[in-house]
Amino acid sequence: MLFRNTLAALVLAVAQPGQSAPDGAVIVKQGNAAGALACATCHGENGIGQGAGNFVRLAGLNETYLAKQLRDFASGLRENAIMKPIAGALTDEEKSAVARYFAGLPLPPPAADVALDEARRARGENLARRGDWDKAVPACFRCHGENGRGVPPHFPAIAGQSAFYLEAQMKAWREGTRHNDAVGLMAALAGRLSDGDIKAVAAYLAHYRGDNAPDSR
Amino acid sequence: MLIAALLWTTSVLPVAGTLGEHREDVKTTAPPGVAAMFTPPQEIEIPDDEFGNTVRLGKNIFVHTRRYAGKYVGNGLDCANCHLNDGRHPDSAPLWAAYVKYPAYRKKTGRVDTYEERLQGCFRYSMNGTVPASGSRELTALVAYSYWLATGAPVGENLKGGGYPELSKPAEAPSIGRGARIYEQNCALCHGTNGEGTRAGDKYVFPPLWGADSFNWGAGMHRINTAAGFIRANMPYGKPNSLDEQQAWDVAAFVVSHERPPDPRYSGSLAETRKKHHDEMCYYGERVDGKPVGGGPRPAARKKP
Repeated sequence: MLFRNTLAALVLAVAQPGQSAPDGAVIVKQGNAAGALACATCHGENGIGQGAGNFVRLAGLNETYLAKQLRDFASGLRENAIMKPIAGALTDEEKSAVARYFAGLPLPPPAADVALDEARRARGENLARRGDWDKAVPACFRCHGENGRGVPPHFPAIAGQSAFYLEAQMKAWREGTRHNDAVGLMAALAGRLSDGDIKAVAAYLAHYRGDNAPDSR
Repeated sequence: MLIAALLWTTSVLPVAGTLGEHREDVKTTAPPGVAAMFTPPQEIEIPDDEFGNTVRLGKNIFVHTRRYAGKYVGNGLDCANCHLNDGRHPDSAPLWAAYVKYPAYRKKTGRVDTYEERLQGCFRYSMNGTVPASGSRELTALVAYSYWLATGAPVGENLKGGGYPELSKPAEAPSIGRGARIYEQNCALCHGTNGEGTRAGDKYVFPPLWGADSFNWGAGMHRINTAAGFIRANMPYGKPNSLDEQQAWDVAAFVVSHERPPDPRYSGSLAETRKKHHDEMCYYGERVDGKPVGGGPRPAARKKP
């Protein structure tokens, strides 16, 4: 009897179909069984997000970066009261699947969600393309890629991102409330930027659609 | 945040004179009474004429060397990788400080070199490439760019901020082992676990520091002291002066202890080439991990577009 039951249990164990890889699209649109809210609720199925609500646009950001942010939200290394329980309810495989989904979405047009006057445009462009070496601040595009499209796996795309989000993150690094940046690079240089610098570069990037401008003007 | 602020205020920044105001909170390299740092002209001041076009070409070559002077480049580097902010930045071997020091006798060549000849050396060693001819379009453009950056600089003077800073002798001999840990924590993010740099497509975003696509054994940066000075003042990118001097020595030793393309002056004997050309603080011809280095990396150097 015991032998038959053990044998039956073994057969069942072997015959059990393996857990199939989670479907990122399903989790994004419906959430998961562990109570993770559907990502689309705030970030949109198209990953465009809502800038004024600080629901960042995720479409086209690189997969490794997105998965890391989810892990950091879950562990608390990146502090966010809304994202912590959601990320915490995702398994690592689900985090990867969701990251892959958003990374695969087409790049939306620039968020352009704040006004861009000439003064801001000029200062923002300077910071993004040349930096401010008097303050030891390199050009954003040096690390975030030509045209701000990101350098996988560590440096996310910033071009076209919501200005509200960019400004909030720059201030968070400056204040130390965000501190999951590799080698503390963002904290170091955000600390050297004024409020005006941050607003200018956030506005410039939010409008930036990439260009084929000549290297030297 | 406080630590970051402290690091910033003790970092060497050329502030006085740039904004036309004196910033009390930032320590400059100038002790009181000494002249402020030389400031090169702004890019918008490049004139709109034939000369200006040549200056602009020089700048493009400097920043995008493989794109604008690719036929002379044999590795994955651009000049601006080690001469930051387009050759303007103090303590990062800015061009304006170098330009006014030539012609000059150089121990490396055993003769008086012109500035143009100095640049030819950059292609031969740092770019592991072929030497552009004197008077070539590319060399003339680079000279013009340097000359323009040096507008108003006094000829023959040792300008403050020139070259890389010379660090004090380290308390402990530079350690490759300690350097490896510093590298992993501070450098590998951009320069790769194996010094391979970071690529986006076929272009390098962050340069390779050793191996087939980096500077060769003849380049100045292969010296431990030179690399240490550069690193301390400029690296990590965006976090200058964040490593202390001992850390800079250690990580420099780690970086330059690896193989890289051979010294073009190699005579057939590492020991002989070492004696003739490497009487300096470096690992050329020395044993690292039991094997002598200097012969170049094992796989043949890949030519980059």
